[in-house]
Amino acid sequence: MALSGIEIFKYLPKTNCGKCGVPTCLAFAMSLAAGKAELAACPFVSAESKGKLEEASAPPIRPISIATGGKPLKIGGETVLYRHEKRFENPPGLAVVISDTMSDIEIGRRLKSLEEYVFNRVGATLRPELVVLKYQSGNPETYAALARRARTESDAGIILQCEDVDGCLAAAEACAERKPVLCAVTAANFDLVAPIAIDMALPVVARSNDFDGLAELTDRLVKLGVRDIILDSGARNLKQALADQVAIRRLALMKKFRLLGYPAIAFPCEMTDDPLKEALIASVMVAKYAGIIVLSDFKGETLFPLMVARMNLYADPQRPQTTAEGIYEINGPDENSPVAVTCNFSLTYFIVSGEIENTRVPAHLLIKDTEGLSVMTAWAAGKFGADNIAGFIKKSGIAAKVKHRKIIIPGYIAMESGGLEEELPGWEIMVGPREAAHLLSYLKTNWKS
Amino acid sequence: MAVEIPKLNYTGSIRSVSLGGSDNTVTVGGETCFPFYTFEGAMPNHPRIAMEVYDERPVDWPEAAVFPFADVLDDPVAWAGKCVEVYGAEMICLQLESTDPNGSNRSSEEAARVVQKVAAAVDVPLIVWGTANHDKDTEVLRVVAETTQNRRLVLGPVEEGDYKKISAAAMAYGHTVIASSPIDINLAKQLNILMGNLGVNPGNMIMDPTVSAIGYGIEYAYSVMERIRMAALTQQDDKLQFPLICNIARETWKSKEAKVSETEDPRLGDPSRRGITLEAMSATILLLAGADILIMRHPEAIKLIKELISDLSI
Ligand code: B12
Ligand code: SF4
Repeated sequence: MALSGIEIFKYLPKTNCGKCGVPTCLAFAMSLAAGKAELAACPFVSAESKGKLEEASAPPIRPISIATGGKPLKIGGETVLYRHEKRFENPPGLAVVISDTMSDIEIGRRLKSLEEYVFNRVGATLRPELVVLKYQSGNPETYAALARRARTESDAGIILQCEDVDGCLAAAEACAERKPVLCAVTAANFDLVAPIAIDMALPVVARSNDFDGLAELTDRLVKLGVRDIILDSGARNLKQALADQVAIRRLALMKKFRLLGYPAIAFPCEMTDDPLKEALIASVMVAKYAGIIVLSDFKGETLFPLMVARMNLYADPQRPQTTAEGIYEINGPDENSPVAVTCNFSLTYFIVSGEIENTRVPAHLLIKDTEGLSVMTAWAAGKFGADNIAGFIKKSGIAAKVKHRKIIIPGYIAMESGGLEEELPGWEIMVGPREAAHLLSYLKTNWKS
Repeated sequence: MAVEIPKLNYTGSIRSVSLGGSDNTVTVGGETCFPFYTFEGAMPNHPRIAMEVYDERPVDWPEAAVFPFADVLDDPVAWAGKCVEVYGAEMICLQLESTDPNGSNRSSEEAARVVQKVAAAVDVPLIVWGTANHDKDTEVLRVVAETTQNRRLVLGPVEEGDYKKISAAAMAYGHTVIASSPIDINLAKQLNILMGNLGVNPGNMIMDPTVSAIGYGIEYAYSVMERIRMAALTQQDDKLQFPLICNIARETWKSKEAKVSETEDPRLGDPSRRGITLEAMSATILLLAGADILIMRHPEAIKLIKELISDLSI
């Protein structure tokens, strides 16, 4: 969490020498707090104060990067309890369990599913990122072979779910360049497993069934130089898992409690046998703070909704999602099909295009850039009125795609129709219904090409 | 190392509102903490589910949604009966789709007759939902309020554009009203104040924040509901201390993703289970934001949500 000027001031020399470019240490502290200066500008801060300042200004929940075959997965780094306060930063990674006792074919299918379930939606890529490799064979070589396969056959980040030192070591070495996460370090195996993390510079999951024990574990890990820590409070029922996630987030943000200032992992796969219920539990964990969510399997029918829910809750409330300006062809339109226009707020685009699809009427949908504002908001902000819609329509090239000269506008901007007819000589402006859901009946009665 | 978990200090509470007639009431609201945060407050009445019934045969429903009701889709009375007897519905929400001026545009008298019949056929609390067309809802809901008396119906949506007449009729015949505003905490509060000024008894009112499904703006509903709950519980804003109702099923099942077939995109998996997941997951997210009543459709989705609520509550 950012420090206040007064808090920073405590660590400065308080000599007001002015070398930093502002007359007083307090003024410098204020500039630092506002992000307008660099600590390095003061030549007199002691190394000790510098260390303390850095520690005190570290983010309350440590951001952690998990290596994958492609872009690293970032988790943690959260700064709020409620998304409307600012935004949720880093969407939780989704993991699938693969056991080293599964058949070769099943292992292959699961590894492949990581790359298969990649979807595109509103210009964003949705995909799962992680595998959890479960040590069940009792044979370190078998486990290492699985780790090797995971590294070569997928680009997923790897979590080694194994508390046995021989298993951990063998598998970690087999996929060392992927920097697997060791899951988990516990009070019982600490002396054996923590050294692997130190030697190979690996992230770890720390697990304890109570917060005191968990804090003790992270304290010991940090003292040994392990900083990339993920928390597991051991909760394996939904009610407790929710309470624990809330407690961890609150401790980090409200109490600035460093020892639990890490992202947390959740195991819906161990909370139920019903895949649909598992998906619902996972969605609770998306909303309530998990950094990694482990699923028993990936199935499109549950994974897709979960990934969309994750995208939604992690969308920045201060910056609406947008769709590219242009002409969208829906249901295979031709030169006689209706033309409708709307704004580029992606929610509006989704609703309107979805409704047109539902009508099964082929149509051209024109999307005007309104900087992500909805119809009425854009209208109120002066970005969706007669003059700028007309300008857009002229340059859109739609005139060359249709023989008729009719445009349907959203019912909420009916007041712009006169202005539009003036700006677009030769075009007939049709005022559509207010709700996109009423397009079908509207087209039935009003559209004749 | 003794770790002390920070607790929130709630200074307000949500009103308890009971729905339905004297012999079969369902009480919602009463929370003194954020949804399911029972480690620091109480949720005396767990969230409830109302099963949807339509007053005319729905068009364009995906196969999965049609299947459980295939034998009753043309008969709202039988449909409501099936919901209660076969699926154990605790409440019914009768969607007066047929009155939509953009659709079948049935008269208020016809609609009211159906409401009467359904009200007579089942004894669980009955929610009657219009089409959000101000003129038509004013007409329809007023006739409904008058013709089905002594049943304490729950009437909505009542919006800023039609609250006066609908609320007046509801008050005259002792019904409960649903104050409905478009995903905005200030508009919600303003409407509640207006309805209060009109004389609506706060014990006879619930709120509809307007919700949407996963992929269609659920995040807006989520945050507005969270903010409403925060204002109600931590800032004692008594104008927002009402139970929240979410008309979510129709939003999920009309979405493109609930309809795509498996052959169209095999990666999207089984369409029936996908539709159920979309409905249940949307409901889950709204529950976490503060939903007290969910209007739902698919019996499987409802079963899942009931289990989830109980897992989160015990
Ligand atoms: C969220 C919101 C915002 C967000 C913006 C979110 C966004 N991406 O646009 C923020 C907070 C930034 C905002 C700001 C403002 N807002 Co505002 N906002 C809203 C709110 C609550 C929801 C808008 C929304 O997301 N709707 C959902 C989308 C999907 O709706 P839609 O785009 O209209 O699409 C629907 C229909 O139009 C139709 N449709 C769409 N396209 C087409 C095409 C065809 C052919 C057809 C037939 C139908 C159709 O189908 C869709 C679904 O049914 C509305 C109130 C409300 N609930 O309507 C006010 C509202 C739109 N805002 C309003 C105002 C005044 C403003 C501000 C000017 C306020 C201010 N003074 O700050 C600013 C302007 C922004 C700016 N940059 O200057 C007013 C507009 C009033 C008016 N008609 O003049 C509203 C109505 C609130 C009110 N009642 O006062 N707003
Ligand atoms: S250079 Fe350092 S000591 Fe000098 S005024 Fe600036 S902050 Fe204070």
